[in-house]
Formats: sequence, structure tokens, C-alpha cells
Amino acid sequence: MQEPVAEISGVAKSYQMDEVEVPVLNGINLLIRPALFTVLLGPSGSGKTTLLNLLGCIDRPSQGTVTIAGRAVAEMSDDELSDFRAANIGFVFQSFNLIPVLSAYENIEYPLVLAGLTPERRASRVTKLLELVGLSDRARNLPGQLSGGQRQRVAIARALARKPKLVIADEPTANLDSQTGAAVLNLMRHMQRRYRISFVFASHDPSLIKAADDLIMMRDGVIHRIKRKEGVPEPDIEPNDAFDAFDA
Amino acid sequence: MLALRNLLRNRRRSLATLLALAIGAAALLLFGGYITDIRYAMLTGYVRSAGHLQVQHRDFFLYGSGNPTAYAIKNYEAIVKAIDETPELSRLVNVVSPTLHFGGIAGNYDAGVSRTVVGSGFVAPDVQRMRRWNEFEGTQRSPPFVLDGAGADAAIVGVGLARVLLLCEPLGIKNCPQPESRSPSNTAAALPADVAALAADLPSADGVGSGSATTGKARIELLAGHGRGSPNVAALSVLAAEDQGMKELDEITVVLQLRQAQQLVFGRAAARATAIMVQLHHTADMVAATRQLQALLDRVAPDELLTVVDFETLNPFYTQTVQLFNTIFGFIFALIGGIVLFTVTNTMNAAVVERTTEIGTLRAVGLRRRGIQALFVTEGLLLGAAGAVIGVSTALLVAFVVDQLHLTWLPPGSSERLPLNVRVWGETLMLLGTAFGLVAIAVASAWWPAYRASRLKIVDALRHI
Repeated sequence: MQEPVAEISGVAKSYQMDEVEVPVLNGINLLIRPALFTVLLGPSGSGKTTLLNLLGCIDRPSQGTVTIAGRAVAEMSDDELSDFRAANIGFVFQSFNLIPVLSAYENIEYPLVLAGLTPERRASRVTKLLELVGLSDRARNLPGQLSGGQRQRVAIARALARKPKLVIADEPTANLDSQTGAAVLNLMRHMQRRYRISFVFASHDPSLIKAADDLIMMRDGVIHRIKRKEGVPEPDIEPNDAFDAFDA
Repeated sequence: MLALRNLLRNRRRSLATLLALAIGAAALLLFGGYITDIRYAMLTGYVRSAGHLQVQHRDFFLYGSGNPTAYAIKNYEAIVKAIDETPELSRLVNVVSPTLHFGGIAGNYDAGVSRTVVGSGFVAPDVQRMRRWNEFEGTQRSPPFVLDGAGADAAIVGVGLARVLLLCEPLGIKNCPQPESRSPSNTAAALPADVAALAADLPSADGVGSGSATTGKARIELLAGHGRGSPNVAALSVLAAEDQGMKELDEITVVLQLRQAQQLVFGRAAARATAIMVQLHHTADMVAATRQLQALLDRVAPDELLTVVDFETLNPFYTQTVQLFNTIFGFIFALIGGIVLFTVTNTMNAAVVERTTEIGTLRAVGLRRRGIQALFVTEGLLLGAAGAVIGVSTALLVAFVVDQLHLTWLPPGSSERLPLNVRVWGETLMLLGTAFGLVAIAVASAWWPAYRASRLKIVDALRHI
């Protein structure tokens, strides 16, 4: 078996609500296989968003360890964790969460600015990403001037800008109509297969559940069941791919 | 760039904040410009009349008014000459001129009235030059010194003194009502017997007295304590009456030629001066000039207890006024600073609440806490800088308009209206101080909301609706 992209071991998480401590996750152990679609499934309050937050390194567990891309994140300082997220994790949100005052181009460019890339390299990479998500003609548009599907495609391009190992997507199709949702799903599937990026979703979308390689069902803060698809094809990485030019 | 666009996002709120900053800056600068002009006008008035520095007997300032001649400078001519001949000092100096102040009694023999006065003897051409000093390029103009080119017995009196001595008519003073009862007994008989006797027996050969040198229609007799104890009298031709600003001063002032004053006070004894006025080209040279003058006095007049006194010490009213204005300015700055502080803090707090989800997103994609803090502080900085620029521009424009209107105002204790100017242009320190002060307050105001934003938990921020 290939090295997991994420490993969660004995993780518990609880929140303090006034005087009461509310447990959300209880002793979770989980391996996220690389370059696959992993979908967290469960009823509201089952803990899937909390687990997603831990995988995205935007929250810390009350107990247990979280290892992403071979690095234990628990001991990292806040700044180290920020840098780690920027380099290894991409986010796709239900409400897209684009910066409204930045154009599509600038939203995609933003993580690259944080990475300290030169303007020339940024321009090259953003242009290719816009091509990949089919929005070259919308580069200068503000998010408010884009449709929901276009916004989500910009968000996907932003998530992929630094070629992360893991993309966290919380209900990415929930605010889209079924046709647009399917198109966005196809785009992510394309990216996942082509560039060996692991996607972890929390979703109730039947089409996404159907597309899942690994399905993790949660209930009451524990993993109720894991269903792994057998015979998942290896990602088809093409030579001379435009996206690979990122590494230059 | 992101900070600027965020400010433009909520234009109405940013504009309101900007206006508060700009109006605050403009109000501060206009008030500052107004009091700066008053300060310069006062300083110019004092320096024109008595110089930046005065060489005096060390006790003259405190005790001299009781017996001025007892504290007079013996070697004043040598000191004046030494100042002129010391290159590093003379380079700083515009005018050096001796003066003599003394107490006496002035009487109008014809009208039978008299009163105690303070006499001042000046070198007329020096005073004329001093009156032209205008370092700060103000619009106030001093009238020509009437005694310049006038006869040895010429004199100027305060308007109040002219009124008391019933000289309004011969001097052509307007708005000077005559007393209702002028009985025939108010004549020479009413003059003190000693003054009348002395006046009747004035020497004329030495030019002191009411001889042919007197040409004006208004004449007074001035009695002063002689240096050796006996009184002396001079008959003076009053050429003009000048308003001295304050009634108390206006009713006791007699100005005459220095030589005349010296002969009146010292007779045939060696002439002295109670002070040497030193007017500099630039006020900023006062400290250097004082140091050099003190060294010169130690060298030229080591046996006299002389000191150098600056115009601020000689005119405590100036220092008090400047301190009062500075206090008011500081108070207004604190008030406006407080308004700016709360306005910017309020704006930034609202921005943080509105953009909570954005803050969570930026943090999720890898922006550090410091980055979030810098973003909001930069917005505060931009608001402060834009407010300062607009405020400074507005203040400059309003000041220009006010100056063009040629308005005048009546200072307290003065009967002469002065030009109302607002000095903003050229006051670099005030401009920069106000602008940077407000920018600093705006940045400080943004700091706390920025800090709060940077400490938000990412998951909580992302959940924010």
C-alpha cells in the first residue's frame, strides 16, 4: 500500500459550550489513501466537518495525533502550521469563499503571492490554471461577476495553485445546481487523476458519494464504517502536462 | 492593494471616516495656523520695539523700575562698538542700540496739568531700522518712527498721556473728549511749584529745553530725578501721540531722543544707558548670540555686573500667551485625536465583523496571523494618510482664502486692529506633526481590531455568517 497522505490516530475533539464540554470526535483512527476521492458521510452533528477541519490543519485535536504528508502537525506553531497549510493543503468551500475585491486571476494568484513566487512565475501558473478550469476569458472578473459554477472553478484553481498533496472540500457542490455540480465534480476528478491529488470531501451529494473511492461513514463522532473501492485505477499522469510546469 | 480595495468596498463608511479625519486635521491646522500667526505677530512686535536681547545690569530687570539710573551701564558705547567689531557676533546682529528708561513727571504748563510718567530715550535711526525687521514676513507694518530726523527736543507721548495732559487738540487726536469742567484755575498756578520754577529757568544752550529747537504746537515739560539726586527739567515738543496698546501704559509713556534723555537724567555727567538692545537677523540665533554676548561682556566690561536678557524674559506676557495657546492646541488635538481614535476603531471593528469569513479563508490558505494584522493596520494607515492629505490640502486652501480676504481683528488690550492671517503654508513642523500625529492615531486605532482579527479561530471564522 502506498504511503497515506493523512493519518489520524486516536483523535478526540471536544468543544467547550459555556460550562459544558461537548465531545464531537471520539477516538478516531483513519488513513487517507493518496490520490483518491475520499468522502466523509454522515448525518448532521456526526463530526465529519470537525474531522475535515483536523485534516485541513485549521483546528487541533484535543487528543491523538494528525499526520499529514508524513508530518505530525500537533507540535507545529501557528506560523509553521500556516506555512504548512499553504504548501500542502488546498481548500474548496461550500460558499466558494473567494475574496470579493480580487479578480478571478488575483484570487488564484493569492496563495502564490504568499509563497513568494516572482510575478512572472505567478503569471505563468495562474494563466495555466485558468485554462485548466476553463476560465481564461473571465480572468479579470470579480467573483460577483461570475456564476456559482464559475466561482467554484476559481476556488478549485486557487486550491490547486500550489499543487497541494491534499484538498479539503466541504460540501463543494451544495450551492450549485445539479448540472453545474456535476461539471465541478468532473473537474475535480480530472485534477485528482491527472495530478495525483487527494481530495477529501464532506458531502451529502449522491453523485459525489457515487464517485467516491473511499467512503467513510460517521455517526456520533466515531467512524461507523469505511467502504473502500477496490481496483481503483492509477492516476493518468500525462507527460509535458501544462500543470507540471508549476514545479519549474 | 488588498487593503485599498477593502476600503473602497464600503465607500460610504470609508468616506465618513475619511471626512472625520480630514476635518479634524484641517481644524487643527487652521487653529494652529491662526495661533502661529498671533505668536509671530507678538514676537515681531516685541522684537521691533526692544530687540531679541538686551544687555542690562543684572538687577535692572527686577529692581530697575524703582531707580533706573542706579542700574545704568557705564561703558555702553564701548560694548556697542565691541559688538560691531566682533565678526561672528555682528554677522548675527541686525541692530545694536542703547536705550535709557527713567521715571519722571510730565506737565503741560499752559494747561496746568501733570502726571508721573516713564520716559524712554532711543537712538531714532536705530529704532527706525528695528521697526523694519520682518523675519516672518508678516503683513503687520510698524509706523515710521516720528523722532527719526526730528529735533533734539522732539518727543512722542502715549495717546492716553496726551489726553491727560490736554494735548488732543494740538496733536489732532480724534475721539478725545475734553473734560467738562476746565476752570480758569487749571492753569500754570496748578502746576507744582517746583516744576513751574524749574520750567521757567530751563537751560537752552545745551539744547535741553523749550528754546527755539521746539517747533511743534504741543509742548510739555518733563521732570526727572537727576543722577546726583537733584531734579532736572526738559521742555519737549510733542510731535505725535502713539497708541501703546494698554491704557496703563498709554497714560505714562514719553519717548524722546536718547541724547535728550541722557542730558535730562545725567546732566553734564557721563552719559549712560539702562540697556543695550540687540536685534538679530534671525530669532533662531538667540542662544548663540547670547553666549557670544556674555563672553564679550566679560571681556569688555568685566567690572560691571551685566547680563543678557532675552525678549521672552522681558515680556512674560508673550511666554504666557504662547503657553496658553499651546495648551489649547494640545487640548484640541487630544479631543480630535480621541474622535479619530473612536471613528477608526469603529470602522475597523465593523470591517472585522463583516469580513470574518474572509479572515478565516485567508488564514486557511496560509496567511499568517501577522499578515491579517498587517492587512487591517494598513487599512488604518491608508485611512489616516488619506485623511491627513485631504485635511492638509483643505487647511492650505482655507488659509489661503482667509489671507486673501484681508480680515482684521482686535487683539485684547490693543486699540489697533491687526491683519487676521492663518499661517499654515511653510509651517513644516506643524504640518508634519499634525499629519503624522493623526496617521499614528489612525494606525493605533486599527491595531486592536487588527489584533482581534488575527486571533480569530479559523474554524469559527469560517462558520461566521
